[in-house]
Amino acid sequence: MSLSPLAPPGVVTSDGLAADLLCFPTREQYFALVESFKNDGFEMCVDVTAVDYLEHFDRPLPDEVVATRFEVVTNLLSLSKKRRVRIRVQAGNEEPEVDSLFALYPGTEALEREVFDMYGIIFTNHPDLTRILMPEDWEGHPLRKDYGAARVPVQFKEAPGPR
Amino acid sequence: MIDPTVRAAERVELLAAETSEGAQELKRRADTRSDELGREVGAVLRVQGLNVDLNSVDYDRRDDETMIINMGPSHPSTHGVLRLMLELDGEFVLRTKPVIGYLHTGMEKTAEELSYVQGATNVTRMDYLSPVINELSYSMAVEKLLGIEVPERAVWIRMMMSELNRISSHLVWMATNGMDLGSTSMMIYGLRERELILAFFEKTAGLRMNLNYVRPGGVAADLPDGWQDDIQVICDTIYERSFEYDQLLTGQPIFRQRLIGVAPITAEEALALSLTGPLLRSTGVAWDLRRSMPYLAYDQVEFDVIVGTYGDNFDRYAIRLNEIRESVRIVRQCLDMMPGGDYRSQDPKVTPPPRARIGESMEALIHHFKLFTEGFHVPVGEVYSAVESPRGEIGCYIVSDGGPKPYRLHVRGPSFVNLQAVSLLMRGGSMSDTITVISTIDPVMGEVDR
Repeated sequence: MSLSPLAPPGVVTSDGLAADLLCFPTREQYFALVESFKNDGFEMCVDVTAVDYLEHFDRPLPDEVVATRFEVVTNLLSLSKKRRVRIRVQAGNEEPEVDSLFALYPGTEALEREVFDMYGIIFTNHPDLTRILMPEDWEGHPLRKDYGAARVPVQFKEAPGPR
Repeated sequence: MIDPTVRAAERVELLAAETSEGAQELKRRADTRSDELGREVGAVLRVQGLNVDLNSVDYDRRDDETMIINMGPSHPSTHGVLRLMLELDGEFVLRTKPVIGYLHTGMEKTAEELSYVQGATNVTRMDYLSPVINELSYSMAVEKLLGIEVPERAVWIRMMMSELNRISSHLVWMATNGMDLGSTSMMIYGLRERELILAFFEKTAGLRMNLNYVRPGGVAADLPDGWQDDIQVICDTIYERSFEYDQLLTGQPIFRQRLIGVAPITAEEALALSLTGPLLRSTGVAWDLRRSMPYLAYDQVEFDVIVGTYGDNFDRYAIRLNEIRESVRIVRQCLDMMPGGDYRSQDPKVTPPPRARIGESMEALIHHFKLFTEGFHVPVGEVYSAVESPRGEIGCYIVSDGGPKPYRLHVRGPSFVNLQAVSLLMRGGSMSDTITVISTIDPVMGEVDR
C-alpha cells in the first residue's frame, strides 16, 4: 500500500491492477475527494457502478477500511495527465447511500440512475433519481445478489403474478 | 392496481397506464424539480460556471403554452427502441428526455451466471455493431486479472479485426445517417460495403456478427489462407469508395445544410457530460484511447486522430468518414507487419489443447474437460479495462472472487453515456433536427440498455 501524492491525506489508497490508483474514502470523504481530484485535473468521470458484496465481506481491502455490503465504484479520468483513478466507497449495508456527483460531473446522471435502479443505492442530491432501465412498477433491484433471478416467469406487462 | 384481465383496448386510460413509465417520463413543468428542469432544458452546465446563453433557455415557459409528445420507442430513425419525450413549442424543441430500457435484457446479471470462457458470447451481443471491440475489452480485463501475456500474432490479429470492425460500424453509421437525411442510395452503398467485411469475418470466425472471436488468451482461430488478398481487396475498395461517398453526401447542398452548424457542443460541455469518441473529438479534444493510452500495438502503427472544430453535426459526420480512411491505413499496416507464431496463448489453463492431443495425452483430456465444464479460475481482484470503440470508450469492470465465473461484470457503454447529450444538443432546435442529432450521436440500443 502506497500513499500517492495525488490523493489528499487521510484517504486510504492502494495501487490497482493496470496502474490505476485506488482510493477508499469513507462516505463522508467521498464528495470532497472527488472534488479535489476534479480540481487536480481529472476532467471526466468515466463510470459510476456498484458491486453487491453480499457473499464477500472478507474481500481484500486495506486494514483501515470497514467492508460493507455495497460498494460504489467511480472511475475518474484525467485527459491531461493520461491517468485513471478508481474510487471505491463503502456505501453501507441496509440502506446504502452516497452523495451524488451530479454537481461536479453532470455526466454521472444516467450512470447513478442505473446504479440506483440495479442496486437501490440512494444518491443524495441527485436531480432525478428514478429507475432508468427497469419498468417503473418493478419491485426489487435486479443486480442485488439476493434478488431471485427468474422469479417472474414471463416478464411482460400483462403477465399475471406478483410484480 | 390494474386488473390484468381487462384488455387494454377496452379502456383508454388503461392503455395509458399500461405503457406508462411513471417518473421516468418527461413531466409537466409544474411537476418538475428546478434542478431537473435545468438539466432537461440543457442548462445543467450553468452550475459549472460555464457559458450557457440564458436567453436560449426558456425557464419560465408555462405548461399550457407547450406540448409534450413522444418520439419512439419504435420510430424508424431512433435506431432501435429509443423513446424521446419532447416538449415542443410549435416546431421547436424546448426540453428533451430520453426514456430507455425497452431493450434491457439483464446482460450484466447473465454474465454472473456464465463462466469466463462463455462470457465473450454475452458481451459480444451488447454493442451489436462492434462485437469484436466488446470482446476485446472483456478479454483484456480477464487477461489482466489472470496476468497472462498474449502472443504477438494474436495482438496484431486483434488489432486488425478491431479496425475492420470499426470500418464496418462507421459504414453502417454512414448508411443509417444517409437514410435519416433522405439519401436512400447511401443506405444501400453503406450496407453493401459492410458486407465485404462481414464476409471476411464469416470466413475467419464462422459468423458474420456476434463473432465470439476474441477470447481470453488470444483469438478463436488463425486467419484463413489467402487472407492477405481479401484484406487487400477490402482496403482498396473501401478507401476508393469513401471518396465517392464524400462526393455523394458532402457535395449535396441539402445534406450539408442539415448538418453544418446544427446542434453544436463545446469541449467543456462534452467533458462535463463524460462524452467520448467522435462526439468528444468533434469539439477539438484529441482524445482517442488508441493514441492517448495505447493498448494492443497501436503505438507501433501510424494513424491520425481526427478532430473537429465546431462540435456540430457536420464535424461528427466528417470525423467518422475520415476515421474509415484512418482505419484502412491501420489495416494496411497490419497486413505488412503481421508477425508469425501462435494466435493464442499456450497456457493450458486458459487455452484448450489441440483436438489431436486429446487422443494421446491424459493431461490434455483433463484440461479440455475442465475448461469446457467448469472453466478456468481467475485470481481474486477487480480490474477496469477500456478500449476505444467506434462510439467512444467502452470499459469493462470485472470483479473476481477466485471462482470460474465473474462475481460482477459491468460494461461502461459509450452509447449509454453519450445519450445524455441529447437534452443539450436538441435544445432550441427544430423537430427535424432531432433526427440528425440522434443519428450523429450514433447510439446502439443494445449497448444502452444491455
